[in-house]
Amino acid sequence: MTESRPLHSVVLVKQVPDTHNVTGDVMTKDGTMNRNALPAIFNPEDLNALEMALQIKERTGGTVTVITMGPPKAAAILRESLFRGADKVVLLTDRKFAGADTLATSYALTCAIRKIGDYDLVLAGRQAIDGDTAQVGPQTAEKLGIPQITYAEQIVELTSTHVTVQRALDSGSEIVRCKMPVLMTVVGSANTPRPANVRRQMERKLAATPLEYAAIRKDWPEFETDEALDAYLAARDLRIPVWSAEAIGATEGSIGLAGSPTQVHKVNFVVLESAESKTITPDQEGIAAMVAELVREYIVG
Amino acid sequence: MTNETAANAIWVFIEHTDGVIADVSLELTGKARELADRLAASSDRAPEVVGLLCGHDVDALAHDVIAHGADRVILADDPELELYRTLPYARVAITEARKRGPEIFLIGGTPNGRDFAPRVASALRCGLTADCTDLQIGDYYVKKEDRTYKDLLFQIRPAFGGNLIATIVNPHTRPQMATVREGVMRKPAADASRKGVVEKIAVQLEPEDLVLEVLSRQVRKSTVKLKDAPVIVAGGAGVDGSEEFALLRDLANLLGGEVGASRAAVDAGYIDRAHQVGQTGTTVRPRLYIAAGISGAIQHRAGMDQSSKIIAINTDPSAPMFQIAHYKIVGDVGEVLPLIIKTLRERSMDQSDGHAGEADEE
Repeated sequence: MTESRPLHSVVLVKQVPDTHNVTGDVMTKDGTMNRNALPAIFNPEDLNALEMALQIKERTGGTVTVITMGPPKAAAILRESLFRGADKVVLLTDRKFAGADTLATSYALTCAIRKIGDYDLVLAGRQAIDGDTAQVGPQTAEKLGIPQITYAEQIVELTSTHVTVQRALDSGSEIVRCKMPVLMTVVGSANTPRPANVRRQMERKLAATPLEYAAIRKDWPEFETDEALDAYLAARDLRIPVWSAEAIGATEGSIGLAGSPTQVHKVNFVVLESAESKTITPDQEGIAAMVAELVREYIVG
Repeated sequence: MTNETAANAIWVFIEHTDGVIADVSLELTGKARELADRLAASSDRAPEVVGLLCGHDVDALAHDVIAHGADRVILADDPELELYRTLPYARVAITEARKRGPEIFLIGGTPNGRDFAPRVASALRCGLTADCTDLQIGDYYVKKEDRTYKDLLFQIRPAFGGNLIATIVNPHTRPQMATVREGVMRKPAADASRKGVVEKIAVQLEPEDLVLEVLSRQVRKSTVKLKDAPVIVAGGAGVDGSEEFALLRDLANLLGGEVGASRAAVDAGYIDRAHQVGQTGTTVRPRLYIAAGISGAIQHRAGMDQSSKIIAINTDPSAPMFQIAHYKIVGDVGEVLPLIIKTLRERSMDQSDGHAGEADEE
């Protein structure tokens, strides 16, 4: 079913606060959120995108390159990508990227993908759980000038020129065939992401960006200088490259806050209106009284 | 001439399947009408409400758009537009938007709308806000420029983690684009006597717009009718497994209602995503909403807080849902739901036994 040449995939991933598991510690007394109390995780659907890319590589050969844009600590999900099977990873980080909305983010990612150059497929999770916008994928495809397949669930066929994909829509499903290169956004039902490979994890646990060298040298005092550590990591292909705005040739006016057409006008803390309310005891009498009242008010018939 | 009349316009992307316009498109047409009337009050020229209708043999739908509040329908008819595909649809929208420069562009937060909107926004280099729960018109002062931008579109949505409501604006770029889920805005009544212009345009597609072909499409008719259900019994993370979830269905059946769910319950696999209530699911306004084991994150509340009566059941007395509930029951879903079911069954048995006296009292 698959007659293809080696395919090169670029996977876009994001480190996100784990908003699905908000616990008591996260909320402060005045109703604001303590962001630091939220663990940072690999955006779930980005793991599905990585898994899809790894499965494609297993079928056709080729490479899987993972890019993330974020603060220096986002290197953690790049290491996780290496443990799972990514060939190359890149951290896009620069203070100038800060405050980017989806348009500015897609521009920076586009510059990075162009720098990588040779690709057949770009994959990303359908959406990130911290914003749920699902916009960065299609916006990146538009800037790359390539078609997009959103809600990708299954690769039906791969040839040397075309990919056939099943899309999962709320309203049903669809099978589309598209010429490569193409960008796909992948849904959570696509696959079960593989765990880290133990051997790869052993081999690559030291993989790091130069931004992390100071912290690493605290644990490994035998590396007396950053240069010594750098030489050690570079020799073992464990140095994670860091690309700045300048390195990807991004125009200043198109990145970060300046490149973001959307602005936050105001933020309101949610004030819950206290409805006129009754506390019902969870016993036969309490429930019966409540039901009787609802019947009287024609709420239930 | 066309340019002049269409400038300062509010556009709505009109989605349709099998010759029927999606509810969300008509809801947004109604909202666009409301925003246009609001803008007319503070400017010398009333903005036009424009429906962008792409398809093949869909002329008949144009009048429906006008009846729901549009002044004009831009009709792009071409065999290549018969089924929604990103690139041909986006080509039409981008070309026309560049030519006419609309102020505002509203798109339904459907799978197709969420595929289409970011592609178009990226090409036009303009801002886009996803899943707005409210849209308003207002002024925005930018301190750095010491300038007030009049009559911007306020795009209001829950933000980060859902404990905040953010108002997003796009002062410098046009159109101001937003997606809104079905059911968030109210669909206006159709007025068949409304007059409007149907403007057929020539469609010019490029070969690269046609690189994707749809081989097959299966439309699943949803049997879930959340939006119009008079009663919704919804479950969340506090429901202990699929078995307990079945209690919700029993209760919903007894009350002639539908089963809803929070995102947590959907993610846990208790129930299909079609049942999800909230900002990224369906917005509902039932007569009675029973929230069983739903803590009440803002994204969920945004989709149900207009319910006439809310019963909240939760073991955690500090669950935010209790703050908007009319009836608070601190207890376990697995114990409380059977009690409600039992009470309702006994009532209906009493009634069918001919206890007319009791019925009269009520």
